[in-house]
Amino acid sequence: MFTILTRWVPITLCLLIFAGCSSSPTKEGEQEGAEVTEQSTGASGTYEGTEGAGATTSAASEAGSWSGDPLDDPYSLLATRILYFDFDQSSIGMDNREIIRAHAEYLASNPHVSVRLEGHADERGTREYNLGLGERRANAVRSLLMAEGVADNQIIVISYGEERPVSMMNNEESWALNRRVELVY
Amino acid sequence: MKYLLLILFLALSWQPAANAELTIEITEGVEGALPIAVVPFRWQGKTQTTPREDVSAIIQADLHRSGRFKTLPRNDMLAKPASGAEVEFKDWRVLGVENLVVGQIQPNGSKGFIIRFQLFDVFRGEQLTGYSIPTTAGNLRTTAHHIADLIYEQLIGVPGAFATRVAYITSITEGGNTRIDLRIADADGHSPETIVSSDVPLMSPAWSPDGRKIAYASSEKGSWGIYIQEVYTGRRQKVTAFKGINSAPAWSPDGRKLAMTLSKDGNPDIFVFDMTTRKLRPITRHYAIDTEPSWSPDGRHLVFTSDRGGKPQIYRVPSFGGKAERVTFQNAYNARASYSPDGKLLTLVTREDGRYRIAVLDLASGVMQVLSRGDLDESPSFAPNGSMIIYATKAGRRSVLAAVSVDGRVRQKLALHEGDVREPVWSPLQKK
Repeated sequence: MFTILTRWVPITLCLLIFAGCSSSPTKEGEQEGAEVTEQSTGASGTYEGTEGAGATTSAASEAGSWSGDPLDDPYSLLATRILYFDFDQSSIGMDNREIIRAHAEYLASNPHVSVRLEGHADERGTREYNLGLGERRANAVRSLLMAEGVADNQIIVISYGEERPVSMMNNEESWALNRRVELVY
Repeated sequence: MKYLLLILFLALSWQPAANAELTIEITEGVEGALPIAVVPFRWQGKTQTTPREDVSAIIQADLHRSGRFKTLPRNDMLAKPASGAEVEFKDWRVLGVENLVVGQIQPNGSKGFIIRFQLFDVFRGEQLTGYSIPTTAGNLRTTAHHIADLIYEQLIGVPGAFATRVAYITSITEGGNTRIDLRIADADGHSPETIVSSDVPLMSPAWSPDGRKIAYASSEKGSWGIYIQEVYTGRRQKVTAFKGINSAPAWSPDGRKLAMTLSKDGNPDIFVFDMTTRKLRPITRHYAIDTEPSWSPDGRHLVFTSDRGGKPQIYRVPSFGGKAERVTFQNAYNARASYSPDGKLLTLVTREDGRYRIAVLDLASGVMQVLSRGDLDESPSFAPNGSMIIYATKAGRRSVLAAVSVDGRVRQKLALHEGDVREPVWSPLQKK
């Protein structure tokens, strides 16, 4: 029943020689290490709050007077540099609009200053889609800034998608912290 | 690459039809798998030059790991024959072994070896195949994987994918610093090598069809760019550096073009870059997010993810551009699709009850089958023989790799490293 085939088949088998595959780690870009999440707490400005005003009756300011760069005023809306988003959304809520308006005013009156908008997503969903989503969020902020008079060349947009989470837990709280746009001056 | 002569070992008695039928016998994972014994290969040289690798153990582990074979532990073997002349088939029949692999290793020159092996059908008492393969000390593992491939192909009917490699991204955080590496390891997790090390995000590795280059996206110097790196020399070039996203590179089957996602025009769209003419062709132009392009094996189509319908779904478009048609309709979230080697299936990430899982979609019938069981599974990649899908999943808070057979019956966890491991991509088959 069985056909017995006696075959001499010379076969060349390419055995890959991996000897040449010495790894050469290419390391470029030492930049932008840990600056992302840091809020600028400004060593340049000094705060004179109302509480410590004592008997001096100089200015009638409610929130205190600030001498120095307004970006460094921890009580200013400009001190808020992270805007959070809903799941799979890039729409901006009313509270965030106020913050963005403050940044826009500052940028419009300081045309030499530029801001970097870094868009982020939570870990749910695919990485490349989330890269697009992070960019969409950053662009939503950019559009509002420009509508308030900020020039195009003052804004740099980059998305990091889900690649740079601030919180590593796999839960709602953590995801909410990671869905964000950071304004980096 | 080096071509070595492979001489057929002994006479070969062969029944293709009978062997092909063995492929149907696969049921629940290791249960019901094909019983096989791989006898330790006998060393024929002096003891001081013994090969450093246990070749037959590597072959046995490969076959076992595939889930298609039930391998006999060495301690259960009644005899340790090294050639067909020494085999008593009844010794193996009583153990329920259906196939038997025996072999021997001889020194060949100062650093080389010759490995001879034979595969037998125990019940018929016949040799199915046999080879004599010259190799070197540094290639013993690779040669063992090639032998496992030959055995797999003979018994299962499709080429094995053991002599392949997997590229993946690792992320290790130490003392507040995160290092992102692009690494390559053998398909069994051995011999990992770092080919890129970065302190900024690095993503979406993609093998060239000849397995000699990897394209990836990196955010070096504060902006995204697509890079192509030669695997064996480390040489690399920056392919694109447009404003915005430069990512999701995918090689055309002929290796001449790269499909990619660029957001230079304001939002992510699919483009095809011809590496010969250096011309860039827009494929999609839509205000939605279009990303994750992947070529059909015949090079005629691209599938991609788009949320133009509100939520991410898979669309297909001719690879020279044209009208995009929606491919997925089940579930509200489908993304990162790629074709099986035969072009009949797509593997993708789907969301079901809030869980992100790996699924296969049969393009002819439209039937989608969910294969993985995690909550946050992603980045599926077909083995080049189409048998398994490797993907990233969570084990607690850690990201690890796992593999599942296309029929969902065989499952593996691949614990490779400390830190997080993600975005696995299986290399093409090594050219024989």
